[in-house]
Amino acid sequence: MKKFKLKKIDNKKKTFLYIFMIVVIYAIVMALTSAGIINRYYNGILITVCINLILVVSLNLTTGYLGQLTLGHAGFMAIGAYAAAYFSKTFMTIPQPFSFIIALLIGGVMAMIAGLIIGVPALRLKGDYLAIITLGFGEVIKTILLSMAIIGGAKGYIGIPRVTTFTSAYVFVIITIVFVCLLIKSRHGRAIISISEDEIASEASGINIVKYKIMAFAFAAFFAGIAGGIYAHYMGIIEPKTFGFNKSIEILVMVVLGGMGSINGAVIATIAITILPEMLRSLSQYRTLMYAVTLIGVMLYKYDPRVQVLMCKAKMFCAKINPFKRKEAK
Amino acid sequence: MNVLKISNLGINFGGLRAVDNFNLEINEGELVGLIGPNGAGKTTVFNMLTGVYAPTDGTLQLGGVKYNGKTTYQIANMGIARTFQNIRLFKNCTVLDNVKVAMHDTYRYSVIDAVFRLPKYYRLEKQMNEKAIELLKIFSLEDYAESKASSLPYGKQRELEIVRALATNPKLLLLDEPAAGMNPNETKELMNTIKKVRDEFKIAILLIEHDMKLVKGICEKITVLNYGCVLAEGDVETVLSNKSVISAYLGD
Ligand SMILES: Nc1ncnc2c1ncn2[C@@H]1O[C@H](COP(=O)(O)OP(=O)(O)OP(=O)(O)O)[C@@H](O)[C@H]1O
Ligand SMILES: [Mg+2]
Repeated sequence: MKKFKLKKIDNKKKTFLYIFMIVVIYAIVMALTSAGIINRYYNGILITVCINLILVVSLNLTTGYLGQLTLGHAGFMAIGAYAAAYFSKTFMTIPQPFSFIIALLIGGVMAMIAGLIIGVPALRLKGDYLAIITLGFGEVIKTILLSMAIIGGAKGYIGIPRVTTFTSAYVFVIITIVFVCLLIKSRHGRAIISISEDEIASEASGINIVKYKIMAFAFAAFFAGIAGGIYAHYMGIIEPKTFGFNKSIEILVMVVLGGMGSINGAVIATIAITILPEMLRSLSQYRTLMYAVTLIGVMLYKYDPRVQVLMCKAKMFCAKINPFKRKEAK
Repeated sequence: MNVLKISNLGINFGGLRAVDNFNLEINEGELVGLIGPNGAGKTTVFNMLTGVYAPTDGTLQLGGVKYNGKTTYQIANMGIARTFQNIRLFKNCTVLDNVKVAMHDTYRYSVIDAVFRLPKYYRLEKQMNEKAIELLKIFSLEDYAESKASSLPYGKQRELEIVRALATNPKLLLLDEPAAGMNPNETKELMNTIKKVRDEFKIAILLIEHDMKLVKGICEKITVLNYGCVLAEGDVETVLSNKSVISAYLGD
């Protein structure tokens, strides 16, 4: 008789592989930097990739796993950026790594509070209110920042210590990804996913759907705030117009393109979309057009049976070359 | 002691009185049938019992405690679990995860436990897995534990919904047409399993069903609804031979 056996709760081998990859990627970048192959320009692109990764992975929590469309992720990034920058500029005397870390945490927490303020009323309603409210929220934040002279207004907020390095950005990418992955594989994560699958069944199974919607939304806002802080301390100057609707859509496109609710997909899509325009500088004026076309394309063809067959084949291929495949007992 | 007591329950949808003056008492371990022609209001009764619809009037009591106005998830955690007429599984999740979602309230650990993978996380996840497999075994679904729920054949999906409902640890289980779309063999098997579930878990079951063989086979008493009103109630033989019940089903 075949005895049934479940997969381990956390696959140790897989965990080691991921840790190995994290270390190797970091080592490669460091080696290339000290060899002078990664110059300031490439370093900048890498940091941008890191910032976008944090934004995309966090948005994936609400739009991918929770299944709620939000259109104002850049708004949370803005709050994080300005809050972190304000802290750094006000408390210049605190020694460096601490000041930066505290600034980022403050940015994250402020964004999270903003997330709660708009999420609590919006997520209580059933339907697509969240998309509309977050869209409005993003624009309102931008307008408020424009009108605040104390943080530079439309001229931009200048003189932020430029302390972001690839290392610090990379560390926060890892923290974000690990957090989301571990959260998703827990009772909280299952609750969040069940909401996107079927709200009614989820509630009938005892899930407080309002609580979990707010939780996912608040965590996403927190990490967007962190990303904002990293961005502010990389640029040294921030302007409200950077955090507009276009930025929100850019993040959303990466989430959708990566396949909602998939971390690996999101990472690949982010890297591709961040780096491609840099490679194709001459085409950069078509960037927005490209986003629109890709987004429409994905929506049109995602459920096309031909595409699904292709995806299935790709998955089977991946499974075949997967070194961690479980050996079936005879 | 009665598990559920429904008194004078009614609901209006605009001008439509979908359910009117509905009374029902279910005792511990009882298996009760709710039958009636299409559109009679059976599913609406379930929706009111589980807080999906707010009744226009009447009171609902679970174990002697009035629970009108509680939300769906609170009612689920108080001990009323249900299945749906049109299967509502978490399709893209595994069979195991479908069951584990419903164990959310019983096995509690915090976000901190989860993201730092503290011992409590592993301990409770392991317990959950064991319990879930135990429940899946009732319907011999354990071999499918790691398959996607949507990949199950139709009959198995219906059974998985029952398992998921049982995973909330209910006192009362509501089944909305559990045998719909099943062939006679599957229905027979399902009948035995429902009885077994009742005996093993010592829970009360209220089921909506059109298949009279199933109803006659397992229900101890039945209530007949027609146009939102109770047409007859009592033990199965008497009710099914009732003239007005026959004419409601066959037309005049
Ligand atoms: N949300 C709603 N809004 C308006 N009318 C509704 C709503 N839900 C149900 N109804 C109406 O209430 C009546 C009873 O519906 P219900 O689904 O409870 O019937 P049922 O007995 O379960 O039938 P079936 O055997 O076909 O499942 C129907 O006339 C239906 O159209
Ligand atoms: Mg019905």
